[in-house]
Amino acid sequence: MTAEQEFDFIRDSLDHCVKCTICETACPVAAVTPLFPGPKYVGPQAERFRGAGQSVDASLDYCSSCGICTLACPQGVHVAEINSRARAVMKQQHGMPLRDQLIARPPLQGKLGTPVAPVANFVLSNRLARLVAEKTLGIHRNAPVPKFAGRTFRSWARRQPAPASAGTRRVAYFHGCSTNYFEPGLGRKAVAVLAHNGCQVVLPRQGCCGLPLQSNGIFDAARGYVRRLVAGLAPYAKQGYTIVATSTSCGLMLKREAREILGVEDDDLRAVSSQTYDICEFLAGLAEAGELQTDFRPVPLTVTYHAPCQQQGHNIGKPALDLLALVPQLKVIELDRTCCGIAGTYGLKREKYDIAMQVGSGLFGDIRAARPDLAVCDSETCRWQITHGTGRTSVHPVEILHRAYGLG
Amino acid sequence: MTGQPRTAAADVVVLGGGMAGLVAAVRLAEAGLRVVTVAKGHGSLRLSPATIDILGYGPGRVDSPAQALPGFAEAHPGHPYAVVSPAAVAMSVQWLKEHVDTYSYVGDPSANMLLPTAIGVPRPSAVAPETMAGGDVRTAGPMAIAGLGVFKDFHPALAAENLQAATAAYGRPVQARPVLLDLPSAGQPDFGAVGLARRFEDAAFRSQVAAELRAAVHGEETIGMPAVLGMDQARSAWTELQQATGRPVFEIPTAVPPSVPGMRLASALHARLRRAGGRFVLGAEAVGPQLSNGTLTGVRISSAARVAPRMCRWVVLATGGLASGGIEVEVSGAASERALGLPVHGPGPGDAGFLPGYWDDHPMETAGLRVDSRLRPVGPGGEPVYPNVYAAGAVIGGARPWREKSGDGISLSTGYLAADAILEEAG
Ligand SMILES: Cc1cc2nc3c(=O)[nH]c(=O)nc-3n(C[C@H](O)[C@H](O)[C@H](O)COP(=O)(O)OP(=O)(O)OC[C@H]3O[C@@H](n4cnc5c(N)ncnc54)[C@H](O)[C@@H]3O)c2cc1C
Repeated sequence: MTAEQEFDFIRDSLDHCVKCTICETACPVAAVTPLFPGPKYVGPQAERFRGAGQSVDASLDYCSSCGICTLACPQGVHVAEINSRARAVMKQQHGMPLRDQLIARPPLQGKLGTPVAPVANFVLSNRLARLVAEKTLGIHRNAPVPKFAGRTFRSWARRQPAPASAGTRRVAYFHGCSTNYFEPGLGRKAVAVLAHNGCQVVLPRQGCCGLPLQSNGIFDAARGYVRRLVAGLAPYAKQGYTIVATSTSCGLMLKREAREILGVEDDDLRAVSSQTYDICEFLAGLAEAGELQTDFRPVPLTVTYHAPCQQQGHNIGKPALDLLALVPQLKVIELDRTCCGIAGTYGLKREKYDIAMQVGSGLFGDIRAARPDLAVCDSETCRWQITHGTGRTSVHPVEILHRAYGLG
Repeated sequence: MTGQPRTAAADVVVLGGGMAGLVAAVRLAEAGLRVVTVAKGHGSLRLSPATIDILGYGPGRVDSPAQALPGFAEAHPGHPYAVVSPAAVAMSVQWLKEHVDTYSYVGDPSANMLLPTAIGVPRPSAVAPETMAGGDVRTAGPMAIAGLGVFKDFHPALAAENLQAATAAYGRPVQARPVLLDLPSAGQPDFGAVGLARRFEDAAFRSQVAAELRAAVHGEETIGMPAVLGMDQARSAWTELQQATGRPVFEIPTAVPPSVPGMRLASALHARLRRAGGRFVLGAEAVGPQLSNGTLTGVRISSAARVAPRMCRWVVLATGGLASGGIEVEVSGAASERALGLPVHGPGPGDAGFLPGYWDDHPMETAGLRVDSRLRPVGPGGEPVYPNVYAAGAVIGGARPWREKSGDGISLSTGYLAADAILEEAG
């Protein structure tokens, strides 16, 4: 299928819409604000009027791109993808705020912030500076922003000897920007857990996948980012490496959003997509085949587990639950909420912060009521939002496995 | 087995997240099997009134499904009820009643209630949420049908007028008059059913509604309201409205989707499934069987980037009928089964699936799988295609649920029995 055909395939899916409104009942944004009339209205219905690139409906901007509408649709309508593409056209026509250009470029933030991490972190946590940022840029003063680690994951990895592993599974680790600049510890633990399971782990050259650009409607730049990333990963995919991602949303970009939303379609992307696994999906696959190391020590903690919307977009269920169930004495409480509200960069924006917090309020309430030692969640921006909304420490499932394996 | 290490593959893959799939999945998971449910999207439960209609017309109006079922099954040998015994129907109803925490389901297969619809037609249902049962026109006194101005999907005058006419025709006229409540819209021009149900979770809003109702309703009237009285807290919302008005209140399922009672039931079953350790995979599609030397060892599942097998010992196929894509009509005019490629009993290529008149008995309506006495889909010779695949719900052909008012009764009882068959084999 060519990119052109795939684009049609996405848009044409609107003809399958029977107006059953199941997507409207599932939408977490429409549930809390009348500013967003719901995925069916702005999606399959409004799309019919968009025709020759006309934007007919500014409320589209309030869609958070969580993708739950597409998941819930019983008729196979690509509601979220239609909406994302329409928003890109709308923002092109109505102008792009500087803010959206900035928050959509984690590598730029990372390169600027990392060398001056103490200063950058001071500025980011300074109320006055945040007030200025809200007034001038429109980034909400209270929105959860991560701290620069100061030392990147890659600079740590460069000085590491290749992790010793007896195994023969070849894994190319796609760590993404946030692990590199903000959570290098997660990267170290992921590599250790993979090595413990007999994986030879390599770190291909890699940059941003373009997801934040895409969700802010900056498609040309997003395509450039994802093409560069794919060019770096494709040689590994073609040699039979499994590409394993710890950022569930960036992994989804490689699996399908680059094709379905950005319309990128080539051999390299196909090779990379079909070899890309979310890390919990990969490890649960080993478990299913009876090949996962199960030398787990007891971890006597109570944790909640929230599967982020972008993780659900992989259509793989919740493999983290199957992995955590293997850890002795770990009590896991499965939460049943679709979204924490942040949706990448959505909840950072001045005009959307309150909506995002309301979307997340159900989840926050459930977590507070469960009084867990840790709130487990696969996605970085969601972890920051959860900590912001509950005051609880939030970790990736792999961090629990790392502890249970006694890897340090 | 729940909560124990899960190093191996699933015992059962359930395909479909509607009534049939959820019932089977909950039963199997509660019995300790490892269950993974895979659903392309949400099932039609969220659109249907969530009353358990067992048999409403066969073809004349049925007063007692329990009594009518044996004769009905004899007259319809290809019908799912020819496989499901009346005792099994009763057991599945009992099971459902024990598995919904939101509120009670009342009634049983021995008698149909006659519950008003949003267009005022009394509809035969054997089992319904307690919030609806008060509308049973077999016993109800005079009614005030109350609509809310902010809710355009329910018209009290239409419902009341038709209800008077229809009950008169049934020989037991019920007095019904419309009432329109004027409620603050909180800055919104109007509400959908779900938005309104969420407002009913708010105690302040409920007391406003109760005050309006008190002013509008006369002494002996029963109050009928659209089925939007709260989501998870429906029972307390309903109880509180009755206390505050001093009158019995009943819910009428809305005609325009979505269905709030359907969402309540879906969420109650999902909660049970989670509690039992069952897994639910949303947005993934079954695209074929995984075979090893002709034996089905799993299901091929299409997810975001690839098609991969999910291995299992048994499959429950509950992918729904024509409305949900479990059965599809090909360009050739033939009907096919999408998930496992099983043979469909129905119009073939070139056959007339549809007749000219809207109300005709279209052959396509009954297209679906044929099953043996253990609910295993069979081929043309009557032999099970796979010994470890069971079918449940609307994917089974031979019924006309729209005419018979039998859809949810078939889905509930076959979902229950498919789980039974597997549990028997699992030992
Ligand atoms: C608007 C409406 C009103 C109704 N009103 C009534 C009523 O008043 N009384 C009554 O008795 N019945 C009613 N029904 C019918 C009743 O809801 C159905 O007969 C019954 O619930 C079907 O349940 P099911 O579980 O078999 O299928 P469905 O609820 O259709 O579920 C099928 C499931 O399978 C999934 N699926 C399909 N293909 C695949 C695949 N390849 N891979 C994975 N998953 C797949 C679907 O996404 C869905 O989750 C109504 C139905 C609708 C839509």
